[in-house]
Amino acid sequence: MTQTVLTVDDSRTMRDMLRVTLEDSGYRVIQAADGLLGLEALKGEKPDVIVTDINMPNMDGFGFIEAVRRDSRLAGVPILVLTTESDAALKNRARAAGATGWITKPFEQTRLVDVVRRVAA
Amino acid sequence: MSNDVLAQLRQTFFEECDEQLAELETGLLQMQDGATDSETVNAVFRAVHSVKGGAGAFKLTTLVSFAHVFETALDEIRSDRLEAGPALMKAMLRASDVLADLVSAARNGDDVDEALWRGLADEIAGFCGKEKAPSPAAPVSASDPAPAAFAPQPMAFAPQPMAAPPAFTPQPMALPSLAPAPAAEDAKAGGALRILFRPRVELYEKANDAVVLLRELERLGAMTVTCDLSEAPLLDALDPHGAYLGFDIHIVTDRDEQAAREVFEFCEEDCDLVIRREAAPAAEAAAPAAHAAAAPDPAAILNALRPAPKDAPADPSAAAPAADPPAADKTAAKPADPARAAEEAAAQRAAATAAPATIRVDLDRVDRLINLVGELVINQAMLAQAVQGADGARDPAVSGGLDELDQLTREIQESVMAIRAQPLKPLFQRMSRIVREVADATGKKVRLVTEGEWTEVDKTVVERLADPLTHMIRNAIDHGLESPADRLAAGKPEEGVVRLSAAHRSGRVVIQISDDGAGVNRDKVRAIAIGKGLVAADAQLTESEIDNLIFLPGFSTTEKISAISGRGVGMDVVKRSIHALSGRIFLKSKRGHGSEFTLSLPLTLAVLDGMVVTVDGQTLVAPLSAIVETMSLDAGRLRAFGASNAVIADRDGFVPIIDTAAELGFRPHRRVVGGDKGVALLVESEGGGRSALVVDAIQDQRQVVIKSLETNYGRVPGVAAATILGDGRVALILDVDALVARARGAASEPLLAAAG
Repeated sequence: MTQTVLTVDDSRTMRDMLRVTLEDSGYRVIQAADGLLGLEALKGEKPDVIVTDINMPNMDGFGFIEAVRRDSRLAGVPILVLTTESDAALKNRARAAGATGWITKPFEQTRLVDVVRRVAA
Repeated sequence: MSNDVLAQLRQTFFEECDEQLAELETGLLQMQDGATDSETVNAVFRAVHSVKGGAGAFKLTTLVSFAHVFETALDEIRSDRLEAGPALMKAMLRASDVLADLVSAARNGDDVDEALWRGLADEIAGFCGKEKAPSPAAPVSASDPAPAAFAPQPMAFAPQPMAAPPAFTPQPMALPSLAPAPAAEDAKAGGALRILFRPRVELYEKANDAVVLLRELERLGAMTVTCDLSEAPLLDALDPHGAYLGFDIHIVTDRDEQAAREVFEFCEEDCDLVIRREAAPAAEAAAPAAHAAAAPDPAAILNALRPAPKDAPADPSAAAPAADPPAADKTAAKPADPARAAEEAAAQRAAATAAPATIRVDLDRVDRLINLVGELVINQAMLAQAVQGADGARDPAVSGGLDELDQLTREIQESVMAIRAQPLKPLFQRMSRIVREVADATGKKVRLVTEGEWTEVDKTVVERLADPLTHMIRNAIDHGLESPADRLAAGKPEEGVVRLSAAHRSGRVVIQISDDGAGVNRDKVRAIAIGKGLVAADAQLTESEIDNLIFLPGFSTTEKISAISGRGVGMDVVKRSIHALSGRIFLKSKRGHGSEFTLSLPLTLAVLDGMVVTVDGQTLVAPLSAIVETMSLDAGRLRAFGASNAVIADRDGFVPIIDTAAELGFRPHRRVVGGDKGVALLVESEGGGRSALVVDAIQDQRQVVIKSLETNYGRVPGVAAATILGDGRVALILDVDALVARARGAASEPLLAAAG
């Protein structure tokens, strides 16, 4: 069955890039522009993997991850955070919030797909 | 990814950059005005962060380097480690300008001189350095930590001596199979990896999954897994969210420990993990034996555990050797078949439309639509006219239907026009940069206040306003505002204010640029105009007329041509550009209190409210916006003026009469009006000067669709454009200002032309 990935990022460029890359690899992609919209998008969906940015308006990545983890229906969905550089502090905060893993921006397309595949059940 | 897709992404990136840069500037200006709320600072940070993120993806290294320094400083401000003082804010605003320059250089593929940004980058980094000193704990340097610098955190519940893998024998995991595994002489496989892996609850809480990890490990080579159930409690004591299983994994592979460690990249801290390379694995023999030893009946026990830890291997096959066929399925299913792809695309579209309330449309499509609607309006008018001539008009169904069609056409037209309408905000934002640059160059202190930036105007109008506005803003600061010392001496605050406002007023948009500077020095302006032979030395001029002399070609009030406003264009060019947009411009000034330029512009360049008139048998359209009133050519109100000129009495005095037919060349000589049948259209040209255009008759007042004469034929003096009337005939649209200027020029009254 085709797997679904939800991407949450406020940058249109990044959203497009994620969409193109993941769709090329056969995933179904749904997208949201910030954490709140991400939660909205999850109302009717249970994606196989969530990829989220951290710095976003309205609700940032940390808040979004925590909210997903609090929802028993979604708690088991792997969440990958997008971070620029390998900012250890951000990563640790994301992990503390419940992130499954991370992808460093700018990402290689193969690397993104590989990581998504790796965490997807 | 194909080149097309890449190009598309690139384009999106640069579009987004523009938006982010606008956000950035808005936010920085708010910060400069004292906004310290985290929302503003965060928005500014995100803007730079986004630009940097995208730039990284496109390998725009200069942009990334500069954005990084910028972002670092913003992060410091955001975390209250650095105070956004005036000097820093000034540098930040300059940095936003430089960032914009770097973006545009990247877009055009231009090389960038490092001198352009390096100095500012160092300056900003310096701010961080200064503030950093007291708290050396916060390392803020341009160099990022190495990718692998994910230092294992000493977590309280991880007392395992991870650092010493060789000492793994006394691990509390106590996997029974540990002893028999090593030491064998199976050389043909080239070795194996031995992995002891015990997930902790945190691993599952972060949605990592032992099954998935095992699946990944299996990609390294033939794998044998032994599940350690020794810590699994009885069912009634079992916490469904607990972690009870341990795994002893044996993989026949040439790969090294690092390959296996990568699989655990995300969860190394949430499990007990030992990875060891075994030169001589006991693959086929030892592992199954170990398996049996570990769990005499793993399947049965695991089945008993079914409602077990939520992500733990509930499926017996997962714990068993050669783990999971589902994983293989998924990998195989990824390249979806085309039929399904379509469905998915539809689903994606549905998902995509749910989020943003806007769409982006190619401008060509909108223009095509506008053109078509223009044709529709004309066609509708022709149809109405044809039916009126026929008997159909008497049929109420036909005439009613036509009325409705008329209404609908109008609504469609308005809606389509609204698509092209854009807020003036981006344009106003560009001006704040101009203000900063000119203020820096002139050493004046200036604050730009904008109002009504959400006022919407046709896109073309917005675009074509950029140059004239820039020029006027430059002028306002360079010529309008006094130096800080002079201002203080005049009892004004040191900082001058330039105000830029926009509003809709009776179907037009009015933009005002005002300053609180010295106002027009009329004596000087007058002297210059006389000196340059633009007006007669003895001309009697009203204050407003003197002010408006600056719009004359070749006029420049500053004797020393400054680098800022003296770029070879004067206010005459500004005036011409505004005219080209069917707009008008006036200047009002009060000595010592400042000047105010007022631009009045049409909302759109596609339609025009016009008065359809007859001139010497020709049908012409006069723009309604120019017409103040119409009056009959009552002989009692006419006065002859010279040989071939006349004036007509208006409420306020006398207004020169212009013979439209003669000006357009329909007849060779001006006809001295008087007693003639005809109507005068009292028009106001920019500057407030009035004239009376004489026409033979008024036919109608209607909205007409503007068809450019220049693109379809050529430029005709006195004619602004053409339109197609309901009967299908082409009618010329009068360029009232040009007509008036011509007529007055011919009447050798340059003075009035100047004022007008």
